[in-house]
Amino acid sequence: MDLELMINSFPKLLNATVVTLKLLSLSLFFGLFIGLLFAVMRMSKNLIINKFAYGYSYLFRGTPLLVQIFIIYFGFGQIELIRESFLWVILKEPYWCAIIAFALNTGAYTSEILRSAFQTIKKGYIEAGKSLGISSKIIFYKIQIPIAIRQSLPAYGNEIILMLKGTSLASTVTLMDLTGVAKYIISTTFKPIEVFIVAGSIYLFMTFIIHNLIKFLERKYNY
Amino acid sequence: MELLAFGKTGWGDELFYATLMTIAVSITAMLIGFLFALIFTPLKLSKYKSLNLIGNFYTTVIRGVPELLVIYLFFFGGSGAIMFVASMFGYYEYIEINAFITGSFAIGIISGAYSTEVFRGAIQSIDKGQFEAAKVLGIKKYIQFYKIILPQMLRLAIPNLSNVWQITLKDTSLISVTGLVEIMRQSYIAAGSTRDPLFFYSFAAVLYLLLTFLSMKLINKLEIKYSRGF
Repeated sequence: MDLELMINSFPKLLNATVVTLKLLSLSLFFGLFIGLLFAVMRMSKNLIINKFAYGYSYLFRGTPLLVQIFIIYFGFGQIELIRESFLWVILKEPYWCAIIAFALNTGAYTSEILRSAFQTIKKGYIEAGKSLGISSKIIFYKIQIPIAIRQSLPAYGNEIILMLKGTSLASTVTLMDLTGVAKYIISTTFKPIEVFIVAGSIYLFMTFIIHNLIKFLERKYNY
Repeated sequence: MELLAFGKTGWGDELFYATLMTIAVSITAMLIGFLFALIFTPLKLSKYKSLNLIGNFYTTVIRGVPELLVIYLFFFGGSGAIMFVASMFGYYEYIEINAFITGSFAIGIISGAYSTEVFRGAIQSIDKGQFEAAKVLGIKKYIQFYKIILPQMLRLAIPNLSNVWQITLKDTSLISVTGLVEIMRQSYIAAGSTRDPLFFYSFAAVLYLLLTFLSMKLINKLEIKYSRGF
């Protein structure tokens, strides 16, 4: 055990954790909107919209996240049209490519979580709202969404943790996140176990915090 | 389409063998995972607190740390660990382990953590009366497990195991970082030499979709088989 290496690498890894957290929060933020949009589309009676949303979630849940990042980072740069458009400003940065891939990926999973949450809402709640003369828009925002959020909290908590682990793939497109820096230290010092313990503990600590935060929210919004 | 031709002109045969490699790694990893589950599920269900702790440590750490980090640990640390053990037996030469073994082992340990959770959940949801009835009838412990608990457990576990299989299959794409030529690595090589990454990575995505689709069909059949009589 090389304790000195563990102590020395800790601040470097902690710095890299900031990158990981930025990637995580931005992709979750965009992913939530994508997920909500596709969940609503999945519940649509229009067959084309419905099938499109289903295809989207099937595609993103059936392929590895690594393929998705590589298509966006290496693949899209190949298209002339994208390279000449304003999109290139974003798509030439590995940082934004990673966030786009993560957001689309977590969006697919989130849409499934939200869809099943919406579907488990008892019809009676909506009917009660209707019979009280509340407009269907307000029923959606004030009755369906709050119940769906509470229903989907445990599953969404798991998704956040999966996404936290997913951000490690950013290191494959040259980003120096926690895993990227850990790999760099391992390959320069050849002390994999020490670095794994430090980096792994940081990840576990974050998982622990997220897990408890979700538990706290679950208790708070219990009804 | 010429890019996918078989033989020397295209990448068809290379990608075909790479797909077989992905399937081989996934199955090996899944089986290694079952071995780990076989060890850790009893630990998690044990009466003894210290054994529980070991079981919980395994599943919490593996499920809380990114797969890529675990793979790097095995990739960089694997041959070191083997050489350390070998040195205790007086063997000091450099040993290199094959990428297939390192990869399947790394993914297997990850897959095992998920399988352990599935088996634990399945056993816990079997009615206590089943165990008691078997005991009262004087059925031996291992027959009780194989003939009474296991068939009921499998019925409950198969839907969740199919999720574990999907996760394992997708995780194998990460071993490409160690140089094992599976779908992802082969696409990387092909994309590099033809300068057509969009086509090859999209094709890789199609191959993965095909694999998940076909395996789902197969698992559904198993599910029907094991839920007969219910």
